[in-house]
Amino acid sequence: MSDGASAFDLLFSGDPALLAIVGLSLAVSLAATVLAAVVALPLGAALALVRFPGRGALIVILNALMGLPPVVVGLAAYLLLSRSGPLGFLGILFTPEAMVTAQAVLVLPIIAALTRQTIEDFWVEYRDELTALRVSPARRVATLIWDARFSLFTAVLAGFGRAAAEVGTVMIVGGNIEGFTRVMTTAIALETSKGDLALAIGLGVVLLALIVAVNAIAGGVRRLGEIHAG
Amino acid sequence: MRAPASDLPIVFEQASVVVRGVAILERISLSLDPGAPTVVIGPNGAGKTTLFRLAAALIMPTSGRVSWGGKAVTDGRRLAMVFQRPVMLRRSAAANVAYGLTEVARSARPARVQQLLELVGLADLARRPARRLSGGEQQRLALARALARAPEVLFLDEPTASLDPAATKAVEDIVRAVAATGVKVVISTQNLGQARRLAGDLVFMLRGGVHGRAPTEQFFAAPPTPEAAAFLRGDIVI
Repeated sequence: MSDGASAFDLLFSGDPALLAIVGLSLAVSLAATVLAAVVALPLGAALALVRFPGRGALIVILNALMGLPPVVVGLAAYLLLSRSGPLGFLGILFTPEAMVTAQAVLVLPIIAALTRQTIEDFWVEYRDELTALRVSPARRVATLIWDARFSLFTAVLAGFGRAAAEVGTVMIVGGNIEGFTRVMTTAIALETSKGDLALAIGLGVVLLALIVAVNAIAGGVRRLGEIHAG
Repeated sequence: MRAPASDLPIVFEQASVVVRGVAILERISLSLDPGAPTVVIGPNGAGKTTLFRLAAALIMPTSGRVSWGGKAVTDGRRLAMVFQRPVMLRRSAAANVAYGLTEVARSARPARVQQLLELVGLADLARRPARRLSGGEQQRLALARALARAPEVLFLDEPTASLDPAATKAVEDIVRAVAATGVKVVISTQNLGQARRLAGDLVFMLRGGVHGRAPTEQFFAAPPTPEAAAFLRGDIVI
């Protein structure tokens, strides 16, 4: 990247370094969100429907974890994935895989907690009908996730927003290695520390534009889906 | 293959339901037997819906006993219920019916869905999102979904309470067609004309108890209790 050059100029001129950063940012955040959603959606739905001792405390903890500090997650992931850590044998520290894993941990409580609340609200409406239809617990979870899919889409988008905007986790487990693990947020942090504020601001605007674009596309897809499904 | 055991008759013996200290049903003794539709009438708050939930094994009595075909428990597979305001799943009309077809082979489901939609007059709307149907159409779709489970007993909780005359007639026609196939239909209503049109026998409920039961003609000609007579006259009975 050229010092002082506008990030947009670099982006639209097809600067390979910047395009790689943008591409990796999107790939890591999307992969982390998908990975977290696969676990968090059924987990949140089950938590909404199943009654067990300690459920209230678990919900409080889950809600609290929505505010999980990224640097703490990054530090924990670093300790787990470092060569002497219990997961060191995986050899993924300072790789995009480590960034995806750590971001997924960060995003999971957000999606799970929002899913739990959404499904609980839907359950109030659906309880009598699904009980009368003798629907099994597993099918209830699947039915409610499907019927609440447009609301849950918002929960997943909130998770994506968190993943795309955070810097602490990916900085620690990714290492901000140029051309390998550098993403937009870590690049912004780096350019700021180097004093290249113009480029940092430009990158920030590009990041914001990307997040808005992803949300706009997702919102459009959601609207189309709602029209189609009623 | 052994035929599934019958859930009929459904017998209530001194069955009560108490919620947070309030008796919703009090010492109900009643038998729902195979045959023509049984219509349960009574004012709001009489306990009709709770009686249906108890009969459909959706709740248990606080005291007393309910039995299905002589057994103290039922898996409820042959008991179906349609609520006054049914909840449509967020999918097409056909998919809502298919949702109830869990015990039909996958390959046979499309034909069965079509058959049920035709029965309730919604075949042309099969692909329309269920939540975009009118109230009357949704009620008929809920009927089709309940029938998809091939019930032996079908409970209809005030199924036409918020419908116009045309939609009410459509639902009543379906009820007659279903009853003619041998399904025991139990309906609650506050519409005395509907009760007269559909019922083989009538049960009058008031304040959580049964206050009279008789075959339809007899019920209207000689109401079994003073409270039932007052209700038929149109008096305010609470």
